[in-house]
Amino acid sequence: MSAQTYYVPEQSRFPIFMALSLFLLVMGASSTINNLDNPDSNSAYILYAGFISLFTTLFFWFRQVIKEHLAGLDSNQLKTSYVYGMAWFIFSEVMFFAAFFGALFYVRSFAVPWLSGEGENGVGISAIGLWEGFESSWPVMTTPDKGAEYVLAEKSMAWPGWGHALEWLPLWNTIVLLSSSVTVHFAHIGLKNGDRKKFNRFLGITVGLALIFVGLQAAEYYEAYAHYGLTLNSGIYGSTFFMLTGFHGFHVMMGGFMLAVMLARSVFAGHFEDHDHFGFEAASWYWHFVDVVWVMLFLFVYIL
Amino acid sequence: MSAVIENHHDDHHHGPAKGLTRWLYTTNHKDIGTLYLWFSFAMFLIGGAMALVIRAELFQPGMQIVEPEFYNQMITLHGLIMIFGGVMPAFVGLANWLVPMMIGAPDMALPRMNNLSFWILPFAFFILLSSLFMEGGAPNFGWTFYAPLSTTYAPPSVTFFIFSVHIMGASSIMGAINVVVTIMNMRAPGVTLMKMPLFVWSWLITAYLLIAVMPVLAGAVTMMLMDIHFGTSFFNAAGGGDPVLFQHIFWFFGHPEVYIMILPAFGIVSHIIETFSRKQLFGYSSMVWAMLSIAILSFVVWAHHMFTVGLPLAAELFFMWATMLIAVPTGVKVFNWVATMFKGSLTFETPMLFAIAFVVLFTIGGLSGLMLAIVPADFQYHDTYFVVAHFHYVLVPGAIFSIMAAVYYWIPKWSGNMYDERLGKLHFWLSFIGVNVTFFPQHFIGLAGMPRRYPDYALQFADWNMVSSVGAFLFGVSQILFLFIVVKTVMGGKKATDQVWEGARGLEWTVASPAPYHTFTTPPKVD
Repeated sequence: MSAQTYYVPEQSRFPIFMALSLFLLVMGASSTINNLDNPDSNSAYILYAGFISLFTTLFFWFRQVIKEHLAGLDSNQLKTSYVYGMAWFIFSEVMFFAAFFGALFYVRSFAVPWLSGEGENGVGISAIGLWEGFESSWPVMTTPDKGAEYVLAEKSMAWPGWGHALEWLPLWNTIVLLSSSVTVHFAHIGLKNGDRKKFNRFLGITVGLALIFVGLQAAEYYEAYAHYGLTLNSGIYGSTFFMLTGFHGFHVMMGGFMLAVMLARSVFAGHFEDHDHFGFEAASWYWHFVDVVWVMLFLFVYIL
Repeated sequence: MSAVIENHHDDHHHGPAKGLTRWLYTTNHKDIGTLYLWFSFAMFLIGGAMALVIRAELFQPGMQIVEPEFYNQMITLHGLIMIFGGVMPAFVGLANWLVPMMIGAPDMALPRMNNLSFWILPFAFFILLSSLFMEGGAPNFGWTFYAPLSTTYAPPSVTFFIFSVHIMGASSIMGAINVVVTIMNMRAPGVTLMKMPLFVWSWLITAYLLIAVMPVLAGAVTMMLMDIHFGTSFFNAAGGGDPVLFQHIFWFFGHPEVYIMILPAFGIVSHIIETFSRKQLFGYSSMVWAMLSIAILSFVVWAHHMFTVGLPLAAELFFMWATMLIAVPTGVKVFNWVATMFKGSLTFETPMLFAIAFVVLFTIGGLSGLMLAIVPADFQYHDTYFVVAHFHYVLVPGAIFSIMAAVYYWIPKWSGNMYDERLGKLHFWLSFIGVNVTFFPQHFIGLAGMPRRYPDYALQFADWNMVSSVGAFLFGVSQILFLFIVVKTVMGGKKATDQVWEGARGLEWTVASPAPYHTFTTPPKVD
């Protein structure tokens, strides 16, 4: 029975350091952002200190958890706790994206048409001459204020038609990310069959694909800023486009980093067994989640 | 299993560590529960002091005590502190103390993360409160922080506000994940879902709501941040966005949030009424289903906070009817409590007094909610003191009374000592009278047309405002008595038995009083 006792760790310093790191991080972030136009500000150092201390704490915290696991302290019940915990964490991430998708659907279905006077029977904003001449369309290329406050983009990221499909980066990004979901699955199969070589190879390919995706995304952003005039400043289309793809890209980086850590653990420390590899499984679930978000993005931000 | 990890000592079954580090490094659900509860009480006093600033200013018409700008900061911080610092952490503290004991678990499922969830909060509220001393003052746009007040016209401290909300959200999500995982995975053999104590059920549902909506709040404040500092136009029509979009996202979080603040109260009150009626709850499964229905409905009623922003007629009708539907499961609960008391052997100890007051006064708050749900009527009530009266009736004699009831009910188990019944009753009656004198007149001035969030008002509202302020000070001062009672009980007093209450049922009453530092290291058997 003793092997199956639920492991309640002793006192731990990690949480309080983590809370302190988060405090430094958000204090630094807030003051840095508030001082963006003040070159003499030193706030960014608080932000860096926050980041460094956050990553340090996370490193030692995870190291401790892995040590405990390898020492056999984790009962099957605790493993189930980790499984549930990760699942609910991913659910919370889904809801985070839901807020931005909700914003996208709302502006496309309601806000933008209403701004052009739709459905008002001549009593709304168009009747008082606000945003006169604004035509509802998506992507919104001409903002209601006709570029008075916002900068007008020349070109959007929308589907360019079959003739230009192959030079359209989002399509390549989709191919890259979908394949990475497949390769991470192959890695999982390899691990389950005890084939570490296959696991390492496919996990390495997955991390590589993640890097390619981030690279392509960076290229796309460069295109947008340098050649399309599409920026955060170009009204609601730019806002939703960069917010959704930006947060997705950030999650790709996090997921890719997790997978890279798993790869390093496998290659350098020989971690993971065919029946015991939750760290990797959790990272791969996260990866599949990031992939699903991309499919939604591809549909609703790029194609439709 | 002791020698494998260097810092894994063999004193696992001994008492707590000594000194300050006990609280900083703890992984014990009881320690963390205590931290949460004390933190929430401190926030309750700070937020309460702000409420008294508001009521002092409103004692008479005209500007007396504070500048309008500072008044706006007070109403904003009062709301934020009471919701995110007072009520929510108090319920999380209760969950920490009670859920593992009620389901026969040794601790929370993820004890270190549990500590992290707590310790984020003092930092987050330090940031929020420090904004009072920043250039331009604290956030002044109301706790609902509607754009463009909170974006275009916000003081610079809004950035600090945004990030403190982010980490509060992270704390809530981690806390909620911990509760869900504990309940789903740590129940002792025999504690099936439909045998779980109702407080556990209520927290399972609450935690699910928290995980679903706190990220949406994070999304909302992130869009604010981008609009303010990075040139996006989510909430600005000039760029094709819409300030009303902010309200939709905010209330998609905000409405489930108000149920987050009341569902655990349902669980608490069910236990207390059952105990002091010396009867089984009238309908256990109907209570569970009612809570589930309320939770599900809470996702489709958000726009009833926005009836006057110019929604399409179809939306107004949908949200009106969906909102009214909530009265059905709520009625099931209220009748359930009444039926439990019917023909029971009732006694009226302090927890029972608070619980009965909860049922009566929460129902009043619910009924004024129904009035607000009627679209054409809401056009009149919207943003008046009637709304203020409504949500204070569900939050103060609702959520906060239930928290006080819970403290009186379980403190003998926590501390091993009985509280002073005479003082407890005095505290109850002072609070009960204080709450009603404060908030009942606000219905009248609201219906007469006094708008909320203004530091000054027209002469015809003077009398009831004065009454309301007197009540507020009575209520505020009585909470010092509460502090005294709690401290006195923790320091000493008549020893409590293990059973504590004659009619109490549940695993937590089978362990010693005070509950040992580690309970149920091996799961108990439950039939």
